[in-house]
Amino acid sequence: MMHEITFHGRGGQGAVTSAELLALAAIDEGKDARSFPSFGPERRGAPVRAFARVSDQPIRDRTAVRTPSVVLVLDPSLPGLVKVDDGLRADGLMIINSTKSIAELRKLFGFKSRLGVIDANKVAREVIGRVITNTTMLGALVAALPLVKPESIEKRLEERFGRLAAKNIAAFRRAQQECVVQDAV
Amino acid sequence: MEKRIGIEASIAIAEAVGLCDADVVAAYPITPQTHIVEHLSEMVADGHLDAAFVPVESEHSAMSVCCGTSAAGARTFTATSSQGLALMHEILYIASALRLPIVMSVANRAISGPINIWNDHSDVMVERDVGWVQIFCENGQEAVDLTIWAFRLAEDPRVSLPIMVNFDGFIVSHMVEPLFMPDREMVKAFLPPFKPLQRLDIDNPISMGPVGIPDIFTEAKQVQQHLLTQAYQPIVETLGEFAKVFKRQYKPVETYRGDDADVLLLTMGAIGETAMTAVDQRRAKGDKVGLVRLRLWRPFPFEDLFRALGRIPVLGVIDRCISFGGPVGPVACEVKGALYGRKDHPLVVEFVAGLGGRDVTVTDFDKMFDALFEAKRSGKVPAPVLVGLRE
Repeated sequence: MMHEITFHGRGGQGAVTSAELLALAAIDEGKDARSFPSFGPERRGAPVRAFARVSDQPIRDRTAVRTPSVVLVLDPSLPGLVKVDDGLRADGLMIINSTKSIAELRKLFGFKSRLGVIDANKVAREVIGRVITNTTMLGALVAALPLVKPESIEKRLEERFGRLAAKNIAAFRRAQQECVVQDAV
Repeated sequence: MEKRIGIEASIAIAEAVGLCDADVVAAYPITPQTHIVEHLSEMVADGHLDAAFVPVESEHSAMSVCCGTSAAGARTFTATSSQGLALMHEILYIASALRLPIVMSVANRAISGPINIWNDHSDVMVERDVGWVQIFCENGQEAVDLTIWAFRLAEDPRVSLPIMVNFDGFIVSHMVEPLFMPDREMVKAFLPPFKPLQRLDIDNPISMGPVGIPDIFTEAKQVQQHLLTQAYQPIVETLGEFAKVFKRQYKPVETYRGDDADVLLLTMGAIGETAMTAVDQRRAKGDKVGLVRLRLWRPFPFEDLFRALGRIPVLGVIDRCISFGGPVGPVACEVKGALYGRKDHPLVVEFVAGLGGRDVTVTDFDKMFDALFEAKRSGKVPAPVLVGLRE
């Protein structure tokens, strides 16, 4: 099956990078994958989307993801501001960076899908020293759904982040422990 | 050995130019071509590519520099998009008339206004008649492969003409995808050193581009027409040579599940991939639909097109551009012109889709196939359709 992943973030938070790292890790595993930004001018701080597709079969679609099987929300302020679960499949998964509990998020925004939550700001602040949550959120993703092997992501983190790789890998690993996931209601 | 890697197509294209040992890159950055030129600039600055990188103040200057360096015998590359291509326009004619084998990437994008930086084919369609070889790619792999091939074809002494390698802006240029990256030894085996037919040399001075008085201008134009038309055979041959070395075969016109089709749809560029998915879905429901993918635009591959169409009764043609106040779609116009006077030619239904970055989805293709079946049933050709137009 083909997974279609939408990343919601704000310009400068690394949503595009996380989509790319996921696709590259999948390609390294011999899968087909694509990643691409929501094309257009780049504006720091503005809500942005990035997309990835991962499949065991050849992918022949370059259009924006409309019915994601996975949604990652990198910024806690986006739910309510952006319709983050737009088009999310009934059997889909959404993971949100938030200090709120799953019950609170469901109550506030009416989310029905399988839902994961992690305080990625806290993890990133404590481990990386900056509130850039993209690598932390990838940790939550691989914990909730075996899209790619964690070691494939770590290999790409090492290559991408150089001397900052160790901290990003530590945040990626801690997120795998701290992400809480609840089935659809 | 080739290596399968995940890479953004623009970066891969720049790496391919590096594998071809370009001597000169002269370019001005414009979205969505930017990453190609940025990466080449880094390659030159870091010493990975022994080339002169000429930053210029406009695309008009970029193409002028390219003409100068190519005339001096340097393997020359540039890249552009949209308004940048438009600004090069008058120099494009000079490059072809002087038979300068420049290779240019065009990351296709709409032309303003309203201001739009997204993908369609409006930029390249107005350059139809500039005398360049023009080819279209469907994905990152093709963009890499046909960039390497472009140097070989352009520098073939039978051709010695400039070439545009077109690929869709953003949906190809900015896509991270898996592809097989050729290695230096393979490129070396395929691409001999550049031996210009003639070149500017202070020890053996010649004039290039003198005045063409009325007595010889018609003959000069006839030579250009002859050369570009006759480039067809070298194109097919060198694509065959490419397949021998790299094991990937490209043809001027490709089909997809077209053999027993009741209706065919013609695409150019990356939307062909989504169209294949749409074809598979319709075929699964028992509808005999197929695709014709036009890769070579100039010289126009008449015979390949006729072979691909066979005796199909209905053909849809998708344009990514509008010819205002005229025949609507430039590609459809071309295809209809090619079919004029042929016995049993198909009904041609015109579609314009994906203007200024609007996605062309599987559902859109579905509706186009519906329109083709309706034309087949009624025997009537509808007015040109703007796909997805909001009322």
